[in-house]
Amino acid sequence: MKTYNNKAWLLVLPVVLCVAFSAIVPLMTVVNYSVQDILGPDQKVFVGTEWFKLVMRDPELHEALGRQILFSAAVLAIEIPLGILLALALPAQGWRSSLALVLLAMPLLIPQNVVGTIWQIYGRGDIGLAGAALNGLGLDYNYTGDSMDAWLTVLVMDIWHWTPLIALLAFAGLRAIPEAYYQAARIDGASRLAVFRFIQLPKLRGVLLIGLLLRFMDSFMIYTEPFVLTGGGPGNATTFLSQYLTQKAVGQFDLGPAAAFSLIYFLIILLACFVFYSLLQNAGPTEKAEH
Amino acid sequence: MELFAWMAWTTPVAVFFISVAVLLLGMTVWQIKSPTVARRGFLPLRTTRGDRLFLGLLSAAYINLAWTGLTDLSQWFGAGIALLWLLVVMRWG
Amino acid sequence: MKKRSFGLILYLIFAILPIYWMVNMSLKTNEEITGALSLWPQHLTFDNFRTILTDPAWYGGYINSLIYVLINTVLSVAVALPAAYAFSRYEFLGDKHLFFWLLTNRMSPPAVFLLPFFQLYSSINLFDTHIAVALAHMLFNVPLAVWILEGFMSGVPREIDETAYIDGYSFPRFFIRIFIPLISAGIGVTAFFCFMFSWVELLLARTLTSVEAKPIVAIMTRTVSAAGMDWGVLAAAGVLTIVPGALVIYFVRNYIAKGFAMGRV
Repeated sequence: MKTYNNKAWLLVLPVVLCVAFSAIVPLMTVVNYSVQDILGPDQKVFVGTEWFKLVMRDPELHEALGRQILFSAAVLAIEIPLGILLALALPAQGWRSSLALVLLAMPLLIPQNVVGTIWQIYGRGDIGLAGAALNGLGLDYNYTGDSMDAWLTVLVMDIWHWTPLIALLAFAGLRAIPEAYYQAARIDGASRLAVFRFIQLPKLRGVLLIGLLLRFMDSFMIYTEPFVLTGGGPGNATTFLSQYLTQKAVGQFDLGPAAAFSLIYFLIILLACFVFYSLLQNAGPTEKAEH
Repeated sequence: MELFAWMAWTTPVAVFFISVAVLLLGMTVWQIKSPTVARRGFLPLRTTRGDRLFLGLLSAAYINLAWTGLTDLSQWFGAGIALLWLLVVMRWG
Repeated sequence: MKKRSFGLILYLIFAILPIYWMVNMSLKTNEEITGALSLWPQHLTFDNFRTILTDPAWYGGYINSLIYVLINTVLSVAVALPAAYAFSRYEFLGDKHLFFWLLTNRMSPPAVFLLPFFQLYSSINLFDTHIAVALAHMLFNVPLAVWILEGFMSGVPREIDETAYIDGYSFPRFFIRIFIPLISAGIGVTAFFCFMFSWVELLLARTLTSVEAKPIVAIMTRTVSAAGMDWGVLAAAGVLTIVPGALVIYFVRNYIAKGFAMGRV
């Protein structure tokens, strides 16, 4: 049992102060912006919920939200199974394991805009390997002109970039399973699939939820990579929520609507966060009880 | 106050954040006076008082947003419904 | 067994090829890049790297990035350590809600806060300093650090704390002398994640700097738009941004599996 002691607040105080400084002050400002029409530094008009009304009925926003949900769903549906498969295929130890881990983790440490740059080059028909290869195969591939190609390129780029995270998490989770479990399964003559279904998957639940949470949130906020790769185009094909928001706030300088949009965005994230967090909390105790 | 001028404060927003602060303070005092017990209400999970407040406020925000997005009636009705809902969640959630 | 290794190798090729292609381009001249496609440089040249490593406007960006990433990593881990201890050992008023609130900050899109951030740091005269970017990045790194460390700390038996207190250790002495060495693998993994997320972030770093602390990632985007497409130099700059990450991975490769397995992540 944990002891009840409110002196623990002294230990968390530095964190609270650090995070509150960067979180609460900007949040308050955004709320202030969202109810005013800001024409200049000294020209502000209170408009109530006008901006919210405008944003909630903005068809472009609905489209961006739809694209965003589709994108996040595709990312999760592909990256999580693929990551698990990779973790299962990784050698458990030895130099092969180290080498594969290092190679696998490489994309994770590449700055977001460099990721965009890499794929921008890689996918081009004239100077990129992938683009040239696809065109060589007779496919008419052009990510700057064709919406479908652009969308798929962004998706493949994200899979390339982030599947390793899931693989690393799942790999670590697999290593935490005691050898005795596998021996017991062998004695019972369990099939490969049964071992996965009844031993590995339940043990991976905790780490996979973390992976799911991180991937959902980060894909929902994706900005830099598609911005560098396609700039949101062609048309609006790869304009996701963050991109649309930044266009509004920075590009068109519509502070009010951008702020209202930010708050709605924040509410969506908050709800998703709560759902995942509750799942995580429920996954926690059962896992601890088994140890 | 010059330091905070860029935050573009307005009275309604200030009132809003002050009431949030008062609410948090009140919940703290309440918690010290009579600690909450996690229980199961009509919400599909065990909740403490603080959980219910969070869920109530979050869903109240969604109700307000839906009101703005779907109707042209005064926002005050939406806010009223949201407040009622918050009380229901706090009492029976 | 065979089929699995085959699949893994196939994926590793998929993972490495785009990076190889950039390395390949960084060693070519622009004429060769825009000319015929070749799988390796026909006229090997290091001019692109020379351009970057001799021009302060370029290599200064790397130094700036490294400075704020290191400040951020050290500060994040330092403030997260006691907090994670509190969460793993004690119950206190509002602990669960506080933990959730911290996590929501890891998850709020930076795009939401760009403008207020800019104004906040300008109003306290920190705009265009390394410390501003480091502090801003703490918004998402501190919650993550607390989260990971809390997992590791929960794995350490409580009896160790109790024995130490009975032996007359004060809290700070116990924490630094006994507890921190016990979770050093966890601190390594946490530092790795803080380094990673701060190093790859572009949006906040670009918004909060202009000249003095401009990170390499921002220099790259601006140079591209200003000077047309100097593919070779762009590729070389990209290759150089991967180097610190590759070094970090190489050093923590053994910790990753071991550390992850111990902790929650």
